Amino acid sequence: MSRRIQITVEENNLSVKERLDTQTIFELSVPGRTGFSLPPEPPETKGVCADVIPERFLRETPPALPEVSELTTMRHFTHLSGRTMGVETTFYPLGSCTMKYNPKINEFGAGLPGFSNLHPDQPASTMQGLLEAYYQVQEILGKLTNLPGVSLQPAAGAHGEFTCLLMAKAYFDDKGETERTQVIIPDTAHGTNPASAFRVGLEPVEIKSDSTGRIDIEALKKVVGPRTACLMVTNPNTCGLFEDRLAEAAEIVHQAGGLVYIDGANFNAIVGRVRPGDFGGDMMHINLHKTFSIPHGGGGPGAGPIVVRDFLAPYLPAPTVVKSNDGNYDFNFDPRSIGKVRSYFGNVAHVVRAYVYLRQLGEQGLRDVSDYAVLNANYLLSLLVDKYDIPYGKRCMHEFVIDATRQKKMGVKAVDIAKKLIDYGFHPPTTYFPLIVPEAIMIEPTETENKEMLELFAAAMIDISNRGSVDAADVVDSPLSTPVRRLDELGAARNPIVVEAL
Amino acid sequence: MSNPYIQATPDQIIEMLAAVDATSIDEIFNDQIPSDLQHKDTFDIPTALSELELQGHLTRMAARNQAADSLTSFMGGGIYDHFVPTAIMHVANRSEFVTGYTPYQPEASQGLLQAFFEYQTLLSRLYDMPVSNASLYDGASAVGEAVFMALAVHPDRNRIVMSESVHPDSRALVATYMAHFNTKVDIVKAGNGLTDVQALGESLGDDVAAVVVQHPNYFGCLEDVHGIEKRVRESGALFIVVADPISLGVLAPPGTYGADIAVGEGQPLGLNQYAGGESVGIFTCKSEFMRKVPGRLVGQTKDREDRRGFVLTLQTREQHIRRAKATSNICTNHAHNALRASIYMCLMGPQGMGEVARACVRNTNRLKSAILKKHTDAIAFTAPVFKEFVIRTNRPAQQVRDALLLKGYLAGTPLFETCGSGYENLLLVATTEKRTDAEIDGFAEALGEFL
Repeated sequence: MSRRIQITVEENNLSVKERLDTQTIFELSVPGRTGFSLPPEPPETKGVCADVIPERFLRETPPALPEVSELTTMRHFTHLSGRTMGVETTFYPLGSCTMKYNPKINEFGAGLPGFSNLHPDQPASTMQGLLEAYYQVQEILGKLTNLPGVSLQPAAGAHGEFTCLLMAKAYFDDKGETERTQVIIPDTAHGTNPASAFRVGLEPVEIKSDSTGRIDIEALKKVVGPRTACLMVTNPNTCGLFEDRLAEAAEIVHQAGGLVYIDGANFNAIVGRVRPGDFGGDMMHINLHKTFSIPHGGGGPGAGPIVVRDFLAPYLPAPTVVKSNDGNYDFNFDPRSIGKVRSYFGNVAHVVRAYVYLRQLGEQGLRDVSDYAVLNANYLLSLLVDKYDIPYGKRCMHEFVIDATRQKKMGVKAVDIAKKLIDYGFHPPTTYFPLIVPEAIMIEPTETENKEMLELFAAAMIDISNRGSVDAADVVDSPLSTPVRRLDELGAARNPIVVEAL
Repeated sequence: MSNPYIQATPDQIIEMLAAVDATSIDEIFNDQIPSDLQHKDTFDIPTALSELELQGHLTRMAARNQAADSLTSFMGGGIYDHFVPTAIMHVANRSEFVTGYTPYQPEASQGLLQAFFEYQTLLSRLYDMPVSNASLYDGASAVGEAVFMALAVHPDRNRIVMSESVHPDSRALVATYMAHFNTKVDIVKAGNGLTDVQALGESLGDDVAAVVVQHPNYFGCLEDVHGIEKRVRESGALFIVVADPISLGVLAPPGTYGADIAVGEGQPLGLNQYAGGESVGIFTCKSEFMRKVPGRLVGQTKDREDRRGFVLTLQTREQHIRRAKATSNICTNHAHNALRASIYMCLMGPQGMGEVARACVRNTNRLKSAILKKHTDAIAFTAPVFKEFVIRTNRPAQQVRDALLLKGYLAGTPLFETCGSGYENLLLVATTEKRTDAEIDGFAEALGEFL
């Protein structure tokens, strides 16, 4: 027997360890094996199918899905989870993404069958509990931003941007101002901003930032005018800086008849202290998966509610949830609504999670979010300021950008520092964003990390820089501790293999 | 402490403030934010509750809903009460999957990347399409993205033709998405529950970028996809098919009848109904469109030591590289729901997918037959169906729905609510593999007086 096993291993030219580590679920498949438990199929069922469905509609062969047991499936995905980093694995300072702790009470609420087993076409009278949570989240987000028109329908931040720009377009069309086709976007913006503008048939107009990393008011004045639909600004911006002249910029845009859109990706830096409606914002999206603690899920689902001024509220996607005088909740379809951007009501499970978080924290708890996000970021920045170039001063909001140009001269680029951090046990920060900083490393510690962790991370960053100065190759060679070494991304794009061959 | 997730102790706060050369947190804010922009007053939001209080509060709130765990559901129309294997949540809820993010650093996220590669492969095989992306938001936005992609493939064409039998939310979404994109959306009637193929043929021309058909359609009926494909092919438009993944356990997949892009709502693949809020958008297409695909794509590659590995690939399609010229604005997708759908498909395998689909057909047929036995004209449309069909009621279907609720049934969707006037006395009902013979017979009996 043992001889035969050896032969199998050799035939596949893989070590036992490597086989255990790298097999896909399809390679684990054995014909005839199953992982489900359904009632026995009544004998007449196959005949019924053949009788009621004409043959031309029937599948000739079953889909080539893997045939695996429940244990094999569990072991496989458990193995994959072990090859993945999450916030509960390690410090995950991925700038702009707000990788903070996701409270478990959120999951308790979201997991209640009274919420999770509802059908969207049920009458409102049968889901008053859910609609109350939904309504409360609308209300609270409106109050935190001073932008009272709220829709929870957009499924992610970029989807919220797109939805607001559709509303802006509808608003200007109603006013007969169809020539407003330009969206002014600073060069520090997320890539989603120009991509969303294009999708609405608008033209992105990029303006350069000033030397402090903020909006250049003079540059803005040059491009603003009768063709301006919106100014689209992230505040605090992606350099981790508060746009302190945004009220002035908003005034210029409003004077010209345009609207001001706030990308709320960084709302966690100011929640409970500043209301974007107070610095000139007319419309904004909020990432529930950033500021309001819903988990990122390995890349989603997120949720991108939008908040707007009163005069834009009629254009919100339909339906919204309203509370009637008798205290009951119902759906409202405004005839001026732009329509639907997602089926049904949005990522409702996440709305419930956000509701739980908002109720647990209350006003002071939310203020703590911004307070400690900002304190942690400034503290971490203070620990790195001697070793790394700091393009925009020693004070920041909830995140900051450092520039590894000094390290690059020693032969260690931002990407190398990021990879080396994995060997130290950390998830790397965001790199090469924002685009205006050449060797950008964008670090966001979030409010939920402790001082000890920030110090450990800073020690790793300093150690990597020190190593780089004596032995750059050691850093460039990283990571060494991961299941795979650096991967051939160019090769992957040149000859894309996006599904496993049969 | 008002925020239990803050770890700084009073002593540490003092040390940290000293390190940043500030005397208070307020000072750090005041240094950066003009005072008149700071909101010093109350926000007037509900007061905080402890976790202990919240557990009771949330349980009571959930109890104010009437859900499918206490009622017998015959609801469908896009979201279904399908069986969810217990194992899914136990492994999908491992915290690395739940709390990680988009795998921008492949070496640190091989597990997620491999899971998405497997998701792509599973859907490619289920739909018989060579390419799948790593997920979109939901079925409706997947239709929207498919339409955008068709317009990118045919930049000289500016008309979309959709059947009236496509899910009303998908139709509404495409109308919204296209409102300012210089593109006209024409709807072809589906009077007897099926797309009017002749009218569809007549509406085609060399200005049509894509034709969108759902099969099985919103009314449950199987469309003449072969006849439609032939006409679409002649016009040069792309053929976009919306298909329920569960149906593909028995029905021929879109790849076998010429779909260029096949999309769908993935909720039936082991996700909760959650009022439609736990979705995943399935997006598959032919190989020739791979470089125009919206959203994330995971590709297989090798590392420096020739080991197999996985990376996000063809990223130059995406917004973080290409910005305004990206194939889509999508960034965050529905990764965790996609993961759960993957686990479902692995557990079910070819045999389970077949059994579930056949049970849907059998149960639906049992309900249909029971109704037809006493009410020969109560089935609104005669076309073959998969797991749902439309019942003609003897009064507004909303009244029927409300009356049956009192008897413990979620009786279906009154089509007036989703399709508007002309649909007053029509009720859309679905019968999944979860319904027992006793439940089906009881429901048919209860429906009797309304037919």
